[in-house]
Amino acid sequence: MPAAQFDYFAPTTVDEAVAALVKGGRDTRVMAGGTDLLVKIRHRMLFPKCIVNLKRIAGLDAITVDKKSGLTIGATALLADVAAHQGIRRHYPTVAEAAGATANVQVRNMGTVVGNLCNASPSADNAPTLMAMAATVDITGPTGSRRMPLDQFFQGPGVTALETGEIVTAVRVPPPAAGSGTAYHSLSQRGKMDCSAVGVGTMIVLNGERCTDARIIVGACAPVPMRTLAAEKMLIGKKMTDTLIRKAAQQASEETSPITDVRASAPYRWKMVSVLTIRALADARKMALRKQKK
Amino acid sequence: MKHDISLTVNGDTYNLAVEAWRTLNEVLREDLNLTGTKLGCGSGDCGACTVIVDGKSVSSCLTLAVEMDGRQILTVEGLAPSGETLHPIQEAFIEKGAIQCGFCTPGMEISALNLLETNPLPSDDQIRSAISGNLCRCTGYNKIVDAIAEAGRRMGPQPKTRR
Repeated sequence: MPAAQFDYFAPTTVDEAVAALVKGGRDTRVMAGGTDLLVKIRHRMLFPKCIVNLKRIAGLDAITVDKKSGLTIGATALLADVAAHQGIRRHYPTVAEAAGATANVQVRNMGTVVGNLCNASPSADNAPTLMAMAATVDITGPTGSRRMPLDQFFQGPGVTALETGEIVTAVRVPPPAAGSGTAYHSLSQRGKMDCSAVGVGTMIVLNGERCTDARIIVGACAPVPMRTLAAEKMLIGKKMTDTLIRKAAQQASEETSPITDVRASAPYRWKMVSVLTIRALADARKMALRKQKK
Repeated sequence: MKHDISLTVNGDTYNLAVEAWRTLNEVLREDLNLTGTKLGCGSGDCGACTVIVDGKSVSSCLTLAVEMDGRQILTVEGLAPSGETLHPIQEAFIEKGAIQCGFCTPGMEISALNLLETNPLPSDDQIRSAISGNLCRCTGYNKIVDAIAEAGRRMGPQPKTRR
């Protein structure tokens, strides 16, 4: 079969990239690492006429960790760089772990955290943790820039809130609250390197042993990475006991709508949402209690 | 439309005109006749096509050649430039029986180098994690893990020349 043909443009500014995407319309696709895009082209799922590569835009790969403004991960910052970044590992350890749990070494050396989000796979490994930590995305397009909560960004498998010509330039995570703890647990067929069959990311905030805030996000068990709001509500205002964690995990499982596919069956996923939510909440509680002791 | 690129492979600089859709893997194998780098799955899962670009291991099947303008590339041929004296990683692979059919070997050795340059004395878990993106259907991996550990001991701490 002959290779799919397309042209290529490597702009050096975001404005040039936006202009190229506006001009090319739906036939032009933006590329960061290319680890999802080129596979889709090879599998004849996409037929772009032109690819706009963001990796030559200076500064777009910046990672900054700031006490006041929080964490900013630029659009072309590699998964490997996020996983290894000292500031992220120290202050946002679960963000680094999720990036390090994405795919394999080679893909992490090419692919980006923002690209993993924009590909909008329900199983995207970086989405649950970032959503749990109330991340937002910076979007630049032909009419200017806007910022959007990440939990409104995903609209369906492979579908985001981006309009034609728009690019996500960065994902931002606010500084974690005092007494907060986070965790991400995932399962897949081949250990940890292929697409996750289930992923659970969580952030909880403790005051003493009482939970004052909780966010639980389940990946790969609905058309988008989804918040399980009723499960979160069960935790807030209560003492976070093992019994309560198990009840909330069961509730989280009931809120999801997994399907059976090559990676896992729906009944297995339902069970595993509960198991992984228990583990994630217990780990997050541990981290939050450890922080309080300091 | 063809794009003019200049890339360095194993120390040699090439000026090429490439179509946008051609991969680094195709250009290495078909234009430069560097067939040591293999093509397995073509989707970034098997690691047979692994090469090092500017100090980082990547899948050459998911890298567009046009992106490689100005980049430094190392392929398995670059491990033994003379073609006579083998690299310590290659020696260890032979001695430990880490090669059977040989198809995964170039990618395994490149991933091994990528690991040993930053971590010369890795644990077995670190080795397994470093080659988690390289599939082998013959050896069962144990001999490959042994070979990489042995190569690390022989090579010792590495100066970070290409990073």
